[in-house]
Amino acid sequence: MPTRTMNPFATSNPSPALDAINEKTDTQRRQSFTKGNKLASLFGGGSPRTRSEAAALQAAILAQQQALQRSPSPQLNSTSPLLPTINLTTATGEKQPSETRTLLQPPSPEEARKIAKAHAQFGPLGSPKHRYVSKHVGEFAEPIEDTPPMYFLITTYISYLILIVFGHVRDFFGKRFRKQHYSHLAEQDGYAPLNSDFDNFYTRRLKMRINDCFSRPTTGVPGRFITLLDRKSDDGNNTFKLLGTTTETLNMSSYNYLGFAQSEGPCADATEVIIKKYGVSVASPRSDSGTSDLTLEVEDLVAKFVGKPASMVFSMGFVTNATAFPTLVGKGSLIISDQYNHASIRYGARLSGAMIQMFKHNDMRDLESRLRKMIAQGQPRTHRPWKKILVVVEGLYSMEGTMCNLPALIELKKKYKFNLFVDEAHSVGALGPRGRGVCDYFGVDPSEVDILMGTLTKSFGANGGYIAAEKSIIDKLRTQNAAMLFGESPSPAVLVQIASSLRIITGELVPGEGEERLQRLAFNSRYLRLGLKRLGFIVYGHDDSPIIPVLLYNPAKMPAFSHEMLKRKISVVVVGYPATPLVESRARFCVSAAHTKDDLDRMLAACDEVGDLLQLKFSSGIAGGAAPEDLPRNEYAMERSRSKPNPPRWRLQDVLRAGVEDVQLPLR
Amino acid sequence: MDLNEAQVRVLSLIHDANEKFHKIPGSAIILRYIKSSYQNDPVRSVFELFLFLFAVHYVLAPAYSTQKNKEVSLTEEEIDELIDDWTPEPLVAPLTPEEEMENEKRPVIVGPTGPKSKLSNGRTVTNLASYNFHNFVANETLKEKAIQALRTYGVGPCGPPGFYGTQDVHMKAEANIAAHLGTAACIVYAQSFSTISSVIPSFSKRGDIIVADKAVNFAIRKGIQISRSTVRWFEHNDMEDLERVLKRVVKEQAKKPLTRRFIITEALFENVGDIVDLPKLIELKLKYKFRLILDETWSYGVLGRTGRGLTEAQNVDATNVDMIIGSLSGPLCAAGGFCAGNEEVVEHQRISSSSYTFSAALPALLATTASETIQMLQDQPEILTSLRESIKVMRAQLDPRSDWVMCTSSPENPIMLLVWKPEVVASKNLSVADQNQLFQDVVDECIANGVLITRLKAMPKAIGASANEKEWQPTPALKVCVTSGLTKKETEKAGVIIRHAITKIITRRK
Repeated sequence: MPTRTMNPFATSNPSPALDAINEKTDTQRRQSFTKGNKLASLFGGGSPRTRSEAAALQAAILAQQQALQRSPSPQLNSTSPLLPTINLTTATGEKQPSETRTLLQPPSPEEARKIAKAHAQFGPLGSPKHRYVSKHVGEFAEPIEDTPPMYFLITTYISYLILIVFGHVRDFFGKRFRKQHYSHLAEQDGYAPLNSDFDNFYTRRLKMRINDCFSRPTTGVPGRFITLLDRKSDDGNNTFKLLGTTTETLNMSSYNYLGFAQSEGPCADATEVIIKKYGVSVASPRSDSGTSDLTLEVEDLVAKFVGKPASMVFSMGFVTNATAFPTLVGKGSLIISDQYNHASIRYGARLSGAMIQMFKHNDMRDLESRLRKMIAQGQPRTHRPWKKILVVVEGLYSMEGTMCNLPALIELKKKYKFNLFVDEAHSVGALGPRGRGVCDYFGVDPSEVDILMGTLTKSFGANGGYIAAEKSIIDKLRTQNAAMLFGESPSPAVLVQIASSLRIITGELVPGEGEERLQRLAFNSRYLRLGLKRLGFIVYGHDDSPIIPVLLYNPAKMPAFSHEMLKRKISVVVVGYPATPLVESRARFCVSAAHTKDDLDRMLAACDEVGDLLQLKFSSGIAGGAAPEDLPRNEYAMERSRSKPNPPRWRLQDVLRAGVEDVQLPLR
Repeated sequence: MDLNEAQVRVLSLIHDANEKFHKIPGSAIILRYIKSSYQNDPVRSVFELFLFLFAVHYVLAPAYSTQKNKEVSLTEEEIDELIDDWTPEPLVAPLTPEEEMENEKRPVIVGPTGPKSKLSNGRTVTNLASYNFHNFVANETLKEKAIQALRTYGVGPCGPPGFYGTQDVHMKAEANIAAHLGTAACIVYAQSFSTISSVIPSFSKRGDIIVADKAVNFAIRKGIQISRSTVRWFEHNDMEDLERVLKRVVKEQAKKPLTRRFIITEALFENVGDIVDLPKLIELKLKYKFRLILDETWSYGVLGRTGRGLTEAQNVDATNVDMIIGSLSGPLCAAGGFCAGNEEVVEHQRISSSSYTFSAALPALLATTASETIQMLQDQPEILTSLRESIKVMRAQLDPRSDWVMCTSSPENPIMLLVWKPEVVASKNLSVADQNQLFQDVVDECIANGVLITRLKAMPKAIGASANEKEWQPTPALKVCVTSGLTKKETEKAGVIIRHAITKIITRRK
């Protein structure tokens, strides 16, 4: 495990900040934009900004640059004090140039290409103001779920009704006149159909219509931008043909929270070294000969990172959950699980054989009443006391963007003596001032939680999952866990990616970079969320969450939104039933530290246009985003605004102008 | 005046309504029915109306009782007291001595895995415990390709396949595997262990029927368990018993609506090591109209001239098998698993197989490695012949030559499972725990002499399962994994060390 003491980025990073010092005219700025990112020209044509908006944007950028000039540059090049090159971002994967370059030397074309490539994976920090510390303040805010006007709900139901009726009509005639297309649903030659007609209806008649919005093939690094392989379908999304061309889009879809999806930089360098030395596999389960020094090192790092005495790592996040529950609980035990818990938790819980109860999402009162009832009643029929009760929650819910109410859970745990399992699949790395997940975010001691589980896929740009707990628990699990006994061990390449990204977050490697990534993620999350709320969208979830679901409701708006965003070269995820309740179809944005403020402004501009086009701005204002003149000034006004707020419908310019400052305040 | 007007109004309204009612088709029938049932007896009509409403209520009511009032009613104080009284068991049971030993003795390899590996105690040993049969781990070309992929794709794909996690390399790997096997399509999973546990429940649901071999591996068992299908077991690798079970199922189900039926078995058994008779299996499956799910985790990349697995080794067209599940992580030294079959089988999994849809995709560099190794197997069949040579050499040292153990694996299986001979077990009166302990001693003795081997692991028991619930467990065995990365001499020498270690340990025991 090579530990880098030298900071490869400590000095030169020529592009945007440099220009800010050098010049401040608009033309120069635009030039830096193209220099920093070859895609700008690509997006120039398809840019959603209209002229007036562009003018407003430029004004905002100018103001930003002036602010930038006033603040002293954080890192100066010590070797050339007269001609300082500035490095605001430490997180891009650029290598140190062989010679110290000064302002007078423009980068060579090859170098410029390299920088452009690095910036396409991880955008440079535009201004030191674009940072925020992700930390919980005040009371746990019960997320407010806004509802759209009744008209949209009714049309949503009608839409589904029409889709279902149409589907049945098509089936009715299809089954009679185009039998060969339905042969797979009928009994054939004594074999029952693999797909039952009924189960398949939703997929066949509803999902098939919007299939082109899912499973879009990609290539390259899923970083700040993602390259899609263009495809088309001639048979109603049944099959797709690749066109051989690609489109580079702004990536609002990957779980790349801290921007570690990079093919350059210290993580990739370390991975290359390890592949050369170790190969890509250990070709054995952990319990046979698949445990290497790397595995133990990563387990140690993960345990220290999440604040638990011991941990074990797995090669897949899904399997971590699927195999964890059968080793913890069984017959005679009770699992109480949040209703929106991930499929892997349900899978594991079902395998364990324990009784499963669900409580309403994040509803602590419902949880408590269930706990009281279940403990008092004991096991069904026999009324014997439960052997153990395991309450399972997620740190950050991937479809809702909400966090679990950890402080309240700890209170309940003390009173009811249950065991607590927190799945930090999305929250580890993404929340907390030091990126250590929900415990860090709420300032809770990790020892209060029995089992901390998480994935290494999301924030760390690697693959796999981990479980962290007391040493005695982990020791037992090592002997019992099926994935440990029979499953494949994580690849050395993946392990070293985990180790180096963890070291960057803790500051052991490239000091300052980890902190920057964490704070940029927090800023970006709040900035985009606030912007969307102010534009008038219904947005679910907590303010600091990097998952931002925007509600669409009508099923036809899912493909429409996805297509409109793709036209603007932005890739987004749209989700509908069964991943969400039937009426609450949504688009989900995953913010990354790799995004710059400009990217988010582009995103907001696109959302603004598409929102008008598709009539998506229907928030009532109860969830925040109110205009300053509407903000309540006293108790009475507060009371009134809560009952009947003014719906926020900010103009884009105002959103962009006020965003950076307002992100630092509690969001309203 | 007003009253009059109102009366006229009401009358005309009634008249209109009456006319409208008469215009509704079928109204005459209803009127006639009411008239004939009235028979100058209003009570009768009221009674009929009541009967009608009751019938409606009865039809709409759920078929089972929704009232689960089996709870004991308690006051709040009593509940508080019960909560105070309740003491849960610790989250995990304390370690047993055997488990402590296992944790202590788990080998840790420092540096790369290879035919010769360095252990954490500083010794370099001959590694016969990993699935690195063809020594692909050390292959420089593969490393180079992996680094190229790393520099193009980074490490993780940061998303599930459905949400921008499908990369061109995954599609390429899928196409390569399908072409290699000769199936129409293929789907690549991110982990081999979870593949079959997820494939089974995505097709077989409650009410469907699974006929499975008694000795199938843990992953298949879990897949069957989660599918909630009806399962019938047949004796291990006994085709006659399979036929008996199939016949019985067909007979039992004759009058019921047709459900999906599957036979699930392994090509090379993880727990026994022997091989299945595929032509016979195909014959039976066609005869009784079952679908076949074949787990080729241990045979893909091992059996057949170009490593296509059991279908190639026994000359069966791969399209005869409905679903072939294989691993890219074992012999192929990449990572992930796959399921190959026809288009319908594969596309169905992309939506409904939980470990595919709910988990991140395979890292690109591992997918490219898989594609490369498959290409190597096809281009250089000598890779497989040299492995078979090594197996022969190792086998010659162990199976017929040792008085104490015998090999249950098929002669082509590089994973040699050695069990105590039945007469040894009988004469020494060895319990299962004794056998395991003896094998652990053999493993220790081998490591002391510079050869790393391992034991076959028993399947973990479910928590809370009662003691008299007897699940099938593999016979304790020693696991020796042959690799062609060693020379003939080295393999021979390792074989001798293992044989001597076995003899030494068993003769020490009275």
